Amino acid sequence: MNLSQQRAAFMTILRKEILRFMRIWVQTVLPAGIIMTLYFVIFGKLIGSQLADIQGLSYMDYIVPGIIIMAIMNNSYANVVSSFYSAKFQRHVEEMLVSPMPSYLIVAGYVAGGIARGCVVGLVVTAVAMFFTDLQVYDWAVALLVVFLTSLLFALGGFINAVYANSFDDISIVPTFVLTPLTYLGGVFYSIDLLPSFWQNASLGNPILYMVNAFRYGMTGVSDVEPRVAFAIIIGFVVVLYAFAILLLRRGTGIRS
Amino acid sequence: MATALSIHELKKTYASGVEALKGVDLEVSEGDFFALLGPNGAGKSTTIGIVCGLVNKTAGEVRIFGHDIDRQRELAKSFIGLVPQEFNFNQFEPVEEIVINQAGYYGISRRAVLARVQELLEQLGLWDKRREMARELSGGQKRRLMIARALVHRPRLLILDEPTAGVDIEVRRFMWDYLREINGQGTTIILTTHYLEEAESLCRHIAIIDHGRTIESTAMKDLLLKLHRETFVLDTRERLPRDIAIPGFTARRVDDTTLEVEVERSRSINNMFAELERQGIHVISMRNKSNRLEELFLGLIEAGKA
Repeated sequence: MNLSQQRAAFMTILRKEILRFMRIWVQTVLPAGIIMTLYFVIFGKLIGSQLADIQGLSYMDYIVPGIIIMAIMNNSYANVVSSFYSAKFQRHVEEMLVSPMPSYLIVAGYVAGGIARGCVVGLVVTAVAMFFTDLQVYDWAVALLVVFLTSLLFALGGFINAVYANSFDDISIVPTFVLTPLTYLGGVFYSIDLLPSFWQNASLGNPILYMVNAFRYGMTGVSDVEPRVAFAIIIGFVVVLYAFAILLLRRGTGIRS
Repeated sequence: MATALSIHELKKTYASGVEALKGVDLEVSEGDFFALLGPNGAGKSTTIGIVCGLVNKTAGEVRIFGHDIDRQRELAKSFIGLVPQEFNFNQFEPVEEIVINQAGYYGISRRAVLARVQELLEQLGLWDKRREMARELSGGQKRRLMIARALVHRPRLLILDEPTAGVDIEVRRFMWDYLREINGQGTTIILTTHYLEEAESLCRHIAIIDHGRTIESTAMKDLLLKLHRETFVLDTRERLPRDIAIPGFTARRVDDTTLEVEVERSRSINNMFAELERQGIHVISMRNKSNRLEELFLGLIEAGKA
């Protein structure tokens, strides 16, 4: 396929993916808005108003970036894992497998769809957050780059999960038992400075901590980790997961017998 | 004439250990209408799956218009359109979108394909249904949708895996006419079917696969010549005598006005009519007792078991 054909193929998947999640926005976009509103009300307003500032920020201001990036992570992942697994389950993934599209384009199209949903949900949650606090952005470039790389990383994770999944149960195991605990322990609601030194060190092994803090840095200028280290770790994960996703697709793991 | 599909010593062993293909060889010429037959589990769908990139082969070589599917995978795939055995489109997408998206996967932009999509949906009687969700279509409409989807990028080789399974006779006849038409326009067609009269009526060449091997691959005409004997069923105007006999033929009285006659290929059928005429019996209609290809097919499969 030449470049213009590849562009047409990529845009086909991306368009299809955006239409899919927008068509069912009540299931894909609205829940994040409602859940995150509850976080803002309960943790930010009710409990947060009783807590001392963290690193010079009110508790509400401290948790807003974490909640936004958490919504982006969850939705980027959920979009790709559910969409690609459905394509496998209904077998319409075969429409792409019989075509001359190279594997990297299929991965890129689905991942771009995941990024798109992550960004739409991120915007919704950001809009909700503006009802609770006066949002400022400390460094636009850092904030936007973290949003892009984090949603890319989680979309790739969702793709790999979908490739291995053999049932609808399999697409909820990783989010429930791995991602949710890591996200909650990844500094969304607290600074690791508050933890005993052993748990501080243990938290540094959690990759989500770097994404949350890098985004918090972009929004507020405050972070528990060095932003450059955070970027190196996120990019490292993206490269590894992307290569792995392509390898799986080329081998036909979970797709071709 | 160029070779559209060339398969040499194709083998497939599934992870379960099942040896689905033990050495399939096929040559399909460009422009041909080719039947790929075999009993259930013979390896037809596995062969098609490998050709189309849905199944990984274990060994062997596949070339599509001379392009090896291992070394020139993208180019080779660009020539093929596949109508699979089972519905494999997104049931929750509108008909038109399914066809447009398929073109997109072949690198054809939305704007460039709209006219082609309209042409195909009109030809296949789906234009009025274009905005309906695929799940709302009838079985025959879904089959036609899969044909439209397979043809949208103008493939040079169209592969249909039991395209008329479960459709009524009207839709089947429509599909036969349509396939003849696109074959006439130059598209090479490979068809698998369990309706042997369909294969006999449409196809010029035939291959039979059994137990993962090609057991016959020849011109349809040559294969039918191998049939040494045919059984005809005759309906007569007059009541047949109980002890009817036709010298030189094996005749069996079925009921008062129905007669079955076995005719050796070496004998002229005119002799049979002449003898019946002599006995004052007039034939008002005549048909084959069973499909000729069916008889040969069963004979070859039985020979394979022996």
